[in-house]
Amino acid sequence: MALKKTSKKPIGVIGAGSFGTSVANILAENNAEVILYARSKEKAEIIQKKRTSASQRLMTNIRITNDLSDVGSECEVIFPVVPSANFREMMKSLSPHLRPYHVLIHGTKGFDLNYGEEETESPNVIKREHVRTMSQVITEESSVVRVGCLAGPNLAKELADKKPAASVIASEFDEVIEVGRNLLKNDRYLIYGSTDLIGIELCGILKNIIAVGAGTIHGLGLGENAKSMFISRGLVEMVQIGKVLGGNAKAFLGLAGVGDLIATCSSGLSRNFTVGTRLAKGEMIDQIISSMEEVAEGVKTINLMHDLAKFLKIRVPITETLFGIIHGSLSVSEAHTYLMNFPFRAEIDFLD
Amino acid sequence: MKRNKVRYSEIIPKTREWPIVKLSKNRKKFVSDVAGEAIGNILERKKNTSLLDELETTVYKEKLRIRANPWRVDPKDESKYWNTIQRRVQESQNTSNPREAEEAILKDIVNRYANEIAGNFRKSSYRFAKGFITFGFARLLNAARVKGFLALFSRQLDLDDKIRIIGETEHIRELAKKGTVVMVPTHLSNLDSILIGWVIQFLGLPAFIYGAGLNLFNIKIIAYFMDSLGAYKVDRRKKNPIYLETLKTYSNQALRWGCHSLFFPGGTRSRSGKIEKNLKMGLLSTAIEAQRTMYQKDGDKAKKVFIVPVSINYQFTLEAPVLIKDYLKSTGQERYYDESDEFSTSYKIATFLLKFFTKGSDISVTIGKGLDIMGNYVDMAGHSQDKNGNPIHTRDYFISGGEITVNEQRENTYVRLLAKRIVEEYHKINEVFPSHIVAFTAFKLLQKRNPKMDLYDVLRLPNEDLTIPYEEFREGYEIIRNEIVAQAKSGSVMITDQVGSELDESINQGLKNVGMYHAQRPLIRKNGSIIVQDSNTLYYYHNRLEGYGFEKNF
Repeated sequence: MALKKTSKKPIGVIGAGSFGTSVANILAENNAEVILYARSKEKAEIIQKKRTSASQRLMTNIRITNDLSDVGSECEVIFPVVPSANFREMMKSLSPHLRPYHVLIHGTKGFDLNYGEEETESPNVIKREHVRTMSQVITEESSVVRVGCLAGPNLAKELADKKPAASVIASEFDEVIEVGRNLLKNDRYLIYGSTDLIGIELCGILKNIIAVGAGTIHGLGLGENAKSMFISRGLVEMVQIGKVLGGNAKAFLGLAGVGDLIATCSSGLSRNFTVGTRLAKGEMIDQIISSMEEVAEGVKTINLMHDLAKFLKIRVPITETLFGIIHGSLSVSEAHTYLMNFPFRAEIDFLD
Repeated sequence: MKRNKVRYSEIIPKTREWPIVKLSKNRKKFVSDVAGEAIGNILERKKNTSLLDELETTVYKEKLRIRANPWRVDPKDESKYWNTIQRRVQESQNTSNPREAEEAILKDIVNRYANEIAGNFRKSSYRFAKGFITFGFARLLNAARVKGFLALFSRQLDLDDKIRIIGETEHIRELAKKGTVVMVPTHLSNLDSILIGWVIQFLGLPAFIYGAGLNLFNIKIIAYFMDSLGAYKVDRRKKNPIYLETLKTYSNQALRWGCHSLFFPGGTRSRSGKIEKNLKMGLLSTAIEAQRTMYQKDGDKAKKVFIVPVSINYQFTLEAPVLIKDYLKSTGQERYYDESDEFSTSYKIATFLLKFFTKGSDISVTIGKGLDIMGNYVDMAGHSQDKNGNPIHTRDYFISGGEITVNEQRENTYVRLLAKRIVEEYHKINEVFPSHIVAFTAFKLLQKRNPKMDLYDVLRLPNEDLTIPYEEFREGYEIIRNEIVAQAKSGSVMITDQVGSELDESINQGLKNVGMYHAQRPLIRKNGSIIVQDSNTLYYYHNRLEGYGFEKNF
């Protein structure tokens, strides 16, 4: 295979989880060198020694580092793929090494919750202005403006197995989409572009709620009809939330919305789906979380959206129900009885 | 009340060294450079497509404009010129090389536009106009305050007693020495241009060039000042791409010449009285483009372009009744605004100025902190800083793959980001007077009393519903004032001293000043009640404080 050396400078990937590692391997196919950052020193050393990260073999042209300044000073294009809970902290450390010429394309599907300097009245009160997407965190914490996000049905395991897939890169800047596409695309990996950055980010974040729910239905063994019904209703809820938060309904019907939803709601390879399945089998949430190697963003998103919906004064029956399950106030079967009786529409009336 | 007067020395004492003077000396060359570059840009864009369509559309639109909306300032030969062009366009298709003929016609049109846009700055009349504004107005002021003819020669009162200039005055002076300043003021009244002209010279800055609506040149007094203060003409009736390209190139080149420029990014006067939200991208984009070109040409030695937001804070807008009517009528469709308002004749303006200078309605002008073309704050030396105070190289915003690249879509996005930053700064440097607060309080009370009504219903409330007991009003005023004071402390808005004075005194100040010269005062106090006399203008003055959430504890 003829290696295209698209970029002379190394490409940075921050976060050596399963998705970060997959992205690094795909980048390494097209480009001369990739720098992969791992947060803990020990982990970086182990990865370096075994040349394996998140159970994936690393390409030989991937360099491991534990130093964010390497990533900032050597790379012009950086893919941050770290859990949303650590994202802002990571950006704060990375920021001194960033300049306005940097391009950042993140792959994190979660919200950032930030009360700023405001004194918190009570941690349960979440207002709209406390919630950010990752692209907003990037521009808040650094001088970088050319920001994008990578979303779509990308189960890391399948990417690692070199199965065909497609993703969306969303950015207000055409050049970010172009740069990202050139670095990533290959004959089994398609990249689409979108200018609706916030819409695409919301798709990726909100679908995790539905994935957890679909997991519970699977866990209860209620069958594919029930799951499809649930997913359709879930899509309506996603769009309703998304519109209130400033997204565009169109994005939800594309690859990053419906596309990602189908993948995560039908596969045990999805962490969020797995959380749901295990909840249905009677495990407690703490137990599930502590036994998982990586973060399931859906749980955090359910908690956050549950509180935010109160502030936004919108009804989110699915999110509320899942919140009840997670916090033990509803059993999974009670929840399903509730949802079966809830007068909601699975019909789509949001395209106006 | 005696203030210590600040006097600013001229930062470039020799007028002949002013960029604008150098430019006007070379007017002919400058205009032809502009035309040359504009033609080049259009031809580059039309490399692979026909010019014919563009020419035909332009002719069509221009002929339509001449018939539908002629102005006094239009050149006498307009009709004839466009007829000739039309004929030439038709004939061009019969020649052996139509493209060549089309390009010749394009050049002709662009040259005409460039000449039309170009200002007529003259040093001598600048000195005269400047002298007239400061000296003449001051004399007028004294004559009115201190009775008697001899008072015309007294120096007791000056214009700067009437107009307070606050904010970052030293910063703009420093920046004007280090680079090219683009001043972007809020725009409420036709008085703004004259006022800003005075502010610029008061601060000791060399003359700025600015695009002024061609409609203003219909009025003789204003036309005189405009010409001599460095205005170039912007004709909003002409929306064809050839004209717009010429206009943008003009502004862009002037910036590269180092001419400090003034844009009213709101485009026209704010009809609603609100702080403008939707800024016009066209001229702002020339600032970004000019900066990028300077980096391409001069590398690290390139001068910087600085954006300085300015807020003009009136307690009284002469045109308010007409503007707000216009606003309420408009359904958001694009149309020509009625230009026959209070500012349409020299006589009306003179009467207003007399009223303005004799009766006294305080005006303040806030000079905001200088920004780079991406909206980052710059320090005294003109270096950009990020939110944490770390240095940023503005040049890096144009770099991709290690070098400066030209990318139209990127720069369009930057313009949007810059516009957003300017609007943020407008809110911070808006100075609140008690008169704004009384209008805001009264209107919010009307809305609160009628929660089910929409805006238009509230504006149409019958007289008997327009009386507010003083106690109720006072209570509301206090709540809103407290919120404003709190937000002023955190830097999201500015306030005058009177806002903080004793409650009843502060309300009185407000009532005294709100819309004071309108035939119908919007708000008065009578028999222990507050009475709304004109809901429309009340709404107008209330609008200035919209968007902060001052009413959140209401």
